[in-house]
Amino acid sequence: MTFAIEVAIGGLLVGIMYSLVALGFALIYKSSGIFNFAQGDMTLFSALALVGALTFLPLWLAILAVLVTMIGLAIAIEVLVLRPLVARPPLTLFMATIGLGFLLEGIGQAIWGTDPKGLDIGISDIPFKVRGLMISQLDLLGAVLSGGLFLGLVWFFQKSRTGRALRAVSDDHEAALSVGIPLGKAWVITWAISGVVALVAGVMWGTRLGVQFSLSLIALKALPVLILGGIDSIPGAIIAGLVVGASENLAEVFLGPYVGGGIQTFFPYLLALLVLWFKPYGMFGREIIERV
Amino acid sequence: MIYRECGVFKATYQEDMAIFPIPLDRWGVMVILSMAFFVIPFLASDYWLSSILIPFLVYSLAALGLNFLTGYAGQLSIGHAAFMAVGAYTSLILYGRYEVPLFLSLLGGGLVAAAVGAVFGIPSLRIKGFYLAVSTLAAQFIIEWGLTHWKWVSGGVFGTVDTPPMKIFGWPIDTPAKKYYLVLCFVVGLTLFGKNLVRGQVGRAWMAIRDMDVAAEIIGISLFRNKLLAFAVSSFYAGVAGGLITFTYYGAANIEAFNLMLSFHLLGMIIIGGMGSVLGSFFGGGFITLLPIFINQFARSLGAALRSDLLACIELIIFGGLIIFFLIVEPYGLARLWQTLKDKLRLWPFPY
Amino acid sequence: MKRGSTMIQGNDGQPMLRVEDVHISFGVLKALNGVSLEIPQGGILAIIGPNGAGKTTLINVINGVYHPSQGHIFFEGQDVTARPPQHIAALGIARTFQNVALFKGMTVLDNIMVGRNLIMRSNFLSQGIYWGLAQKEEIRHREIVERVIDWLEIEHIRKTPAGMLPYGLQKRVELGRALAADPRLLLLDEPMAGMNLEEKEDIVRFILDANEELGTTIALVEHDMGVVMDISDRLVVLEFGEKIAEGPPEEIRNNAKVIKAYLGTARQK
Repeated sequence: MTFAIEVAIGGLLVGIMYSLVALGFALIYKSSGIFNFAQGDMTLFSALALVGALTFLPLWLAILAVLVTMIGLAIAIEVLVLRPLVARPPLTLFMATIGLGFLLEGIGQAIWGTDPKGLDIGISDIPFKVRGLMISQLDLLGAVLSGGLFLGLVWFFQKSRTGRALRAVSDDHEAALSVGIPLGKAWVITWAISGVVALVAGVMWGTRLGVQFSLSLIALKALPVLILGGIDSIPGAIIAGLVVGASENLAEVFLGPYVGGGIQTFFPYLLALLVLWFKPYGMFGREIIERV
Repeated sequence: MIYRECGVFKATYQEDMAIFPIPLDRWGVMVILSMAFFVIPFLASDYWLSSILIPFLVYSLAALGLNFLTGYAGQLSIGHAAFMAVGAYTSLILYGRYEVPLFLSLLGGGLVAAAVGAVFGIPSLRIKGFYLAVSTLAAQFIIEWGLTHWKWVSGGVFGTVDTPPMKIFGWPIDTPAKKYYLVLCFVVGLTLFGKNLVRGQVGRAWMAIRDMDVAAEIIGISLFRNKLLAFAVSSFYAGVAGGLITFTYYGAANIEAFNLMLSFHLLGMIIIGGMGSVLGSFFGGGFITLLPIFINQFARSLGAALRSDLLACIELIIFGGLIIFFLIVEPYGLARLWQTLKDKLRLWPFPY
Repeated sequence: MKRGSTMIQGNDGQPMLRVEDVHISFGVLKALNGVSLEIPQGGILAIIGPNGAGKTTLINVINGVYHPSQGHIFFEGQDVTARPPQHIAALGIARTFQNVALFKGMTVLDNIMVGRNLIMRSNFLSQGIYWGLAQKEEIRHREIVERVIDWLEIEHIRKTPAGMLPYGLQKRVELGRALAADPRLLLLDEPMAGMNLEEKEDIVRFILDANEELGTTIALVEHDMGVVMDISDRLVVLEFGEKIAEGPPEEIRNNAKVIKAYLGTARQK
């Protein structure tokens, strides 16, 4: 029984890390209506940049440097990719972000190399015991950070003026433009925030798994979390992450041996499909009503 | 004035609805097909036949299948390579284990892939947009897991399963030229079939669903039938392509060859080549197949000997960059550029 | 132009469409509150009312897009309440939409051809093979569609992608698509919205021709009172989801309730 709880808790903590990545997706979608497929590659890019910066800068300066880089990246993306595609259908923008993902992956690996690197930010992965249960320090830190980010973002979108403006943008680009919301600035802000989220996710996952190409595949894990929770719902991202993390772990440990293992790769997708059939917009996603 | 359309009067609807209503187009295609069938196998080197033309044809076929689903019917699918894998393993099992004739094995691979594709298409009846796109990824992962973990399929062997030597009616297909012919026959036949589909009522129904599915339903188009048909047909093409490339190129069935990256490449092919265009699928297929070769040659001509991983990075950068470029500049891809070129040739050299 | 079967067995004297006490709500908003009406065979019924009265909702209910919480729809005597839209389309009802619902990526010709979707029978295999069955059928239906195109005077744009057409022509193409389905009942939702005088005259002409030459029964939602009064046999006036008046044009013109609904009353001093 203790084992099951440990597995579940481990899953929950991992789940929060998935939420972190899903959060990045939800953010951009919520404020610009764009599904940013490049989120995973942004995570990888930021982690690579951090490792690169750490070779000649102390930790806090390195983080600052990468933050600045991510903001610069956000501006570049807005100017080169988003602005030329401003009135296009969402599908086009989605495909552009697929291209963007490859671009970032290629650039990142061209600059910093493709070999796996370790990322050490001074937090060890050694688990400690709480009431007889083993919990990883790193996972705990990830959970705390994610929780903090999540609360901050919910406040931002609900209470602040900028947040409101961003929500308007996500609803209808042209309408938002017509009431004077500066689209370009709004997008830079969102993508920069998303870049910061990517950085946090990159640091957490990078410390855990090492910084290498497979980091961008974390995004693929986060996608079922995203659609399960609803692609524009911040609470959805957190809750779905918990659900997916826990269930994936439990399924692998308890169902896996019966079918040869390796279930974690697709179990979240199966779960998401099942839920989506009954709730086509995820658990908390906003329904899109088409009028004829 | 070179590309003439005036003076070409179509006297019957039949002529107007032909695949190539303009004689120049028709002649052009005849020439290309003649070259493909009668000239290339004798003149092209083995390297060109096996490493360039066969992959080009096969991937274009798979891209064509994806085009039906995404370009015509508007259902974004990012797990298409998985259906190629289904076709690959199925045709191998049929031919290698049950000694079904090669031709039927390949078609069988397509049919099984079509069935699987239809099943994975069921979510499209309730789920839309990005939710659907992510759901199609489920196909990629579930199928990958299924094919490697299901003992009956993988024969208990992890990794590759070799293909037995190919024979049609006892006639061995062992040279690159013969393999090329096999692939060419399938591709030409299926492309013709596909072209007929998209210029008829099925194609129109698909495009209607793509453009406004609520309205399509109201005027009587069955979303259920047509969406599932799109998934089935596109997976059929992928399955046949998967079987073909397994037998004629890889010589073995390996799940690694049909990974997520290939799914993205296929999507890139139809974006760059032209969504909603049969010709575009081939433009895109050719482009993506030849891209690594071009990059290599280009780098070599600059004197730089690039490490393979740097080469891979450059490929990624160019691939990603081109997708973005085409989406910005010409969202209808190379096919539209070609059409525009032909339009301009109508007036050249009198551009008034 | 080819006529669909005009003599409907066993329908003599019966109205083509009967809406009986239909209720429907969207959340707390009661969109239709016990609306009933009848459309005689071969007649033209206009449905008018201020914005938000529920006219489009009514059309959507008849069409099967919305299902009423209460009430029935009878088409040629058959109960078609809550049937799916494809089923109702197959029975012979076609419609146009308030916001043009053309398939923007397809040519005009293809848009109208797709209107014949329910009538074309060849399955996808024979379509893929094309030469033979499918080709003959394509040609046959192409001839019919071309006659629609001729009739609507849009030959010059038949190969133009629908999305590139000016608004007025788009509406005409949409009418063509609906007519191509050989409908017995045509539901037109604001077919003249946003058109200039000349375009309106053209559309009116086409609607009247469809009614007179082909015997198509027509239900028309429209705001242009002049047109409505001119061409309709009967009018139904809706306000806030309820029917407040029904009758021939002259009656409605002088109906106090209708005038109040549209123009309001002068304030008593």
